[in-house]
Amino acid sequence: MDPTPSTAADSTAMESSRDRTPLGALGVAERTQADATPVEERDVVFDCQQVGVRYSGTRALRDVDLKIHSNAVTALIGPSGCGKSTFLRCLNRMNDLIPGAAVDGQIFYHGEELYQPQVDAIEVRKRIGMVFQKPNPFPKSIYDNIAFGPRVLGMKKDLDERIEQTLRRAALWDEVKDRLKEGALGLSGGQQQRLCIARALAVEPDVILMDEPCSALDPISTSAIEDLMLSLTNDYTVVIVTHNMQQAARVADMTAFFSVDQGETGTRCGVLIEVDRTERIFTNPAHERTEAYVTGRFG
Amino acid sequence: MNAASRIAADHAGRAVNRQLAGRRNRSLAATIFLLYLLLSTAIGLIALAVLLVTILQDGLPYLDVMLFENAPSANPDRAGARPAIIASVLVAVVLLATALPIAIGTAVYLEEFAPRDSRIIRLIELNIQNLAAVPSIIFGILGLAFLVRGLDLGPVLLAGALILGLQMLPTVIIAAREALRAVPDTVRQGGMALGATRWQVVWREVLPAAIPGIATGSILGMSRAIGETAPLLMVGAATFVSFNPGLLTQYTVLPILIYQWIKLPQDAFQGLAAAAIIVLLVILVTMNGFAIWLRNRYERKW
Repeated sequence: MDPTPSTAADSTAMESSRDRTPLGALGVAERTQADATPVEERDVVFDCQQVGVRYSGTRALRDVDLKIHSNAVTALIGPSGCGKSTFLRCLNRMNDLIPGAAVDGQIFYHGEELYQPQVDAIEVRKRIGMVFQKPNPFPKSIYDNIAFGPRVLGMKKDLDERIEQTLRRAALWDEVKDRLKEGALGLSGGQQQRLCIARALAVEPDVILMDEPCSALDPISTSAIEDLMLSLTNDYTVVIVTHNMQQAARVADMTAFFSVDQGETGTRCGVLIEVDRTERIFTNPAHERTEAYVTGRFG
Repeated sequence: MNAASRIAADHAGRAVNRQLAGRRNRSLAATIFLLYLLLSTAIGLIALAVLLVTILQDGLPYLDVMLFENAPSANPDRAGARPAIIASVLVAVVLLATALPIAIGTAVYLEEFAPRDSRIIRLIELNIQNLAAVPSIIFGILGLAFLVRGLDLGPVLLAGALILGLQMLPTVIIAAREALRAVPDTVRQGGMALGATRWQVVWREVLPAAIPGIATGSILGMSRAIGETAPLLMVGAATFVSFNPGLLTQYTVLPILIYQWIKLPQDAFQGLAAAAIIVLLVILVTMNGFAIWLRNRYERKW
């Protein structure tokens, strides 16, 4: 093995980016899975009906009707302040943690309404994992970072094996296997973000939400994470918020375009403009506001 | 190069020179300011140095095994500080066992669990801040009225230690809250997003990450309490204790013993007081040094 882990990490990331260059340049997503069923016919994981969010009474998002299908990447794109991150945080009830945030409308997760009073937000977050914009590993060892979730959820059997599997799944094992006991904050940004993805995978979720997971990373790390996202769709449903339209084009099966509506009183509120297969959003969108955005004329 | 451009260049050069002269004037002000800063620092350092040198000169001849082994005595040749040293250590132990857990618990509650916009919480926070500014003699009066007389503990070591603990509470609470606040919210969110409860996130992630800061604040608070005299005079720390104190016996601590010795007419007692001051200083500097080491050792960049 290469004695310097960082060099090893870089070269791995470099190779994977080289592999995908021909396809990636064309914006065609490389799939490991045989896409037998069209995305729209796969199981509906989230069925959102008239979803809106208010922060201390001020409306930030309204009337989102959106279906998210299983084993696919759904990208949420749109200008800043359009409520796409806010919407993402509705899906695992992270908005509960923000004082003053109120969600209206209904979100059915496999047919079960997420915001019923008897639903436990903790249970929801066990099944619907989340990766944040800035890599946020805990200030402890790589091993303990992954072990945190299984430990708090009582999944302590075969912990070592689970950690190895999870790290392999997140394409990080080879880079960190010799320093599992070292601090996670010593990893590079891209490695930290893959560690956070691994951490989310360790609790065996059904869905992974990613809130601009690559916005703090360099292109090579970004490429590694995009590869990872694509491979994750074999087992998971992935929802990603991104500012980067090329990224949506590269990884997403479905793309939802959000924008900002200016009210008469000057209040700004996020709305969903349209959702469709990614290639249609980028080549032949139904709505002209979408077209204006994806072609770079912001509207 | 023609003449005109040379003249232009000359002018430009002179303009630059004038500008540089202007900067020289400004740098005079800068020099004066710098001197003032150095002088301010020097005054503090010189005062400290003079203090240390006189204490060492007076105290070192008296700093011997007897100081640690013997009890106070009217005869300076046999007088030692053993009961006071033991009492100071006991006070530190009581502080560790009582005030520290309460202070950290309060800080964790206020920082991690308390509703942010509640009026009661804000009132509590305001009171803690005010409490930190209350003169120590007032704490002494409270201890006298509440612990010594009200609870009828009598003038015992436990009562003194508890009142020092009470006085230390606000300082440690504020320091611990700062340490908890320095743990970024992304850590909490990361934990919550994995399906952990708030309690699990606080216990397993936030608190361990904040421990260096909390420990630093706690040690500084404790070292201040160990050097404290006024409240203990109020709660009746005895001046002459020749036996080894326990929690529920009369006691005297190092600062009070020093105070007593300095009041005595014999020169030898002045020297003994200086020696006791050295002991106290060594204890305090060690504690503070440990706090600094802890801070540097575990300091984290997020």
